[in-house]
Amino acid sequence: MVEKTSSKTTFSYPSELEIVMSRVFDAGRERIFKAYTDPRSIPLWWGQRGSTTRVDKMDVRPGGQWRYIEKDKEGHEHGFRGEYKEIVPPERLVNTFEYEPMPGHVSVVTTTFEELPGGKTRVTTTSRFSSKADRDGMMTSGMERGANETWDRLAERLAKG
Amino acid sequence: MARIPTTHDPFNAVAEPRRRQLLEALGTQELAVNDLVQKLSWPQPMISKHLAVLKKVELVSERRLGRQRLYRVRPEQLKMIHDWVTPFEQFWQESFDRLDEYLKSTPKKEKRNG
Repeated sequence: MVEKTSSKTTFSYPSELEIVMSRVFDAGRERIFKAYTDPRSIPLWWGQRGSTTRVDKMDVRPGGQWRYIEKDKEGHEHGFRGEYKEIVPPERLVNTFEYEPMPGHVSVVTTTFEELPGGKTRVTTTSRFSSKADRDGMMTSGMERGANETWDRLAERLAKG
Repeated sequence: MARIPTTHDPFNAVAEPRRRQLLEALGTQELAVNDLVQKLSWPQPMISKHLAVLKKVELVSERRLGRQRLYRVRPEQLKMIHDWVTPFEQFWQESFDRLDEYLKSTPKKEKRNG
């Protein structure tokens, strides 16, 4: 199945310009909101495994800028940046997102933190692209990064078949 | 369902989870509609409908063999989509896993609500 049985994050593509991700964490939303908005927390979780992230800018207020630099396993540095649009602790965060190697392809990311029974929290992130060109910009940048997982295996298998 | 016709964009065509399931069911094989009915236990018209969309965006090819029509995935098209979706999903999958670990490793200080 294409559904990710091994993972707890669900991804959906409600339209060609939107990606929605959702995950339930066993923690209260104040703590998770803090993990998103405290510059000391970001290096501890943001980015792929084996990479390190440092925070260059993080001015958490409407109109404030953020910039993270991710260093991958091979030592390549990738910059990510954007601007905060809306900050509603501990419920909602809206910011723009841009991958520096593909400048100008900006998406708007809305993250909501929803309280669930038992002290759990559902984090839902909607990335919205303004055009297919922006989405495709992300597509092109994605190719450079390389990847594996379900779709990779599927594609490889299909390519051999 | 989709706001923009799915028939023009392979990305949009696989945005529908059932069509992803259909691609997975086809896998590396060449199958007839009836094989897919058996594999997925979906009504035949539903399979035909999704196959038609996938065919239109060239994610699936069709071949006639006697009275049968056989379908198979066209990997080169799927690769294009997967090259976009996979790194994105992987990035967030791993970030969320790390966030989960981070949350578990730090003491809970806040008071519980509700």
